[in-house]
Amino acid sequence: MASKRKAFVDKKHCVSCGCCVKVCPISAISIYCGVFAVVESQKCVGCGMCAKACPASVIEIKEAQ
Amino acid sequence: MKKQKKHWNDYLYIFSAAYLILGFFNILFAYLGLICFFTPLAVAVIGGSKAYCNRYCGRGQLFSILGDKLGLSAKKDVPKFIKSKYFRYGFLIFFLVMFINMLFNTYLVFSGARDMKEVVTLLWTFKAPWKWAYSGGAAPAVAQFAFGFYSIMLTSTILGIITMLLFKPRSWCVYCPMGTMTQTVCAIRNRGKIKAYEENSK
Repeated sequence: MASKRKAFVDKKHCVSCGCCVKVCPISAISIYCGVFAVVESQKCVGCGMCAKACPASVIEIKEAQ
Repeated sequence: MKKQKKHWNDYLYIFSAAYLILGFFNILFAYLGLICFFTPLAVAVIGGSKAYCNRYCGRGQLFSILGDKLGLSAKKDVPKFIKSKYFRYGFLIFFLVMFINMLFNTYLVFSGARDMKEVVTLLWTFKAPWKWAYSGGAAPAVAQFAFGFYSIMLTSTILGIITMLLFKPRSWCVYCPMGTMTQTVCAIRNRGKIKAYEENSK
């Protein structure tokens, strides 16, 4: 079962380098139009791999509302 | 959790490492670096994506290996100002100005106003003698461009390594001028889609 904790991207500061895409074990994250990373909320299990890898530290794992 | 399969492009760090090493032996190899300059721009302008950063950037892979696999990175958050738009665009402009300055130096050598200098300028300041890597054979301006371009490549690698050690492995990506440039190109090119996305997610 998917947990309620999800990854959230601060799109304003995302540099769209793709580090998060590379480390996501379930391919739930992608770069939208080369401008920012987008998390597929239904897929995300909140493991935090992307947050750890993000060089700009703009991904946060938070409780989803 | 499946382990991701390795593709040919996951080995491009070998190209980046080889490039830096070859510059110590023959400066004319510097011209290969133009690939890393034009490919990302072409991908952004024609394809409207950052596929280069995302999948093909050998330098990024190299920093990942040094920082993650070899554990050389402190893995600390990068200071806030580095990811600000001002710093990223400021660094891009500074980088472009220094690039134009390098082209101008090449022109001066081409026109005969200045002699070709066998030096690699590190961090835009320190001139390192680099005589051993050039034994003639090219026009002076051709060699001058190679020295200038390799200086830029080595300087940015040094900066990248410093931020790799201090912060996250790929901290360079945050202020990489090529990355800022291609992201801007993508944002302009895909502005319609971005706007639609933002309106949808409201």
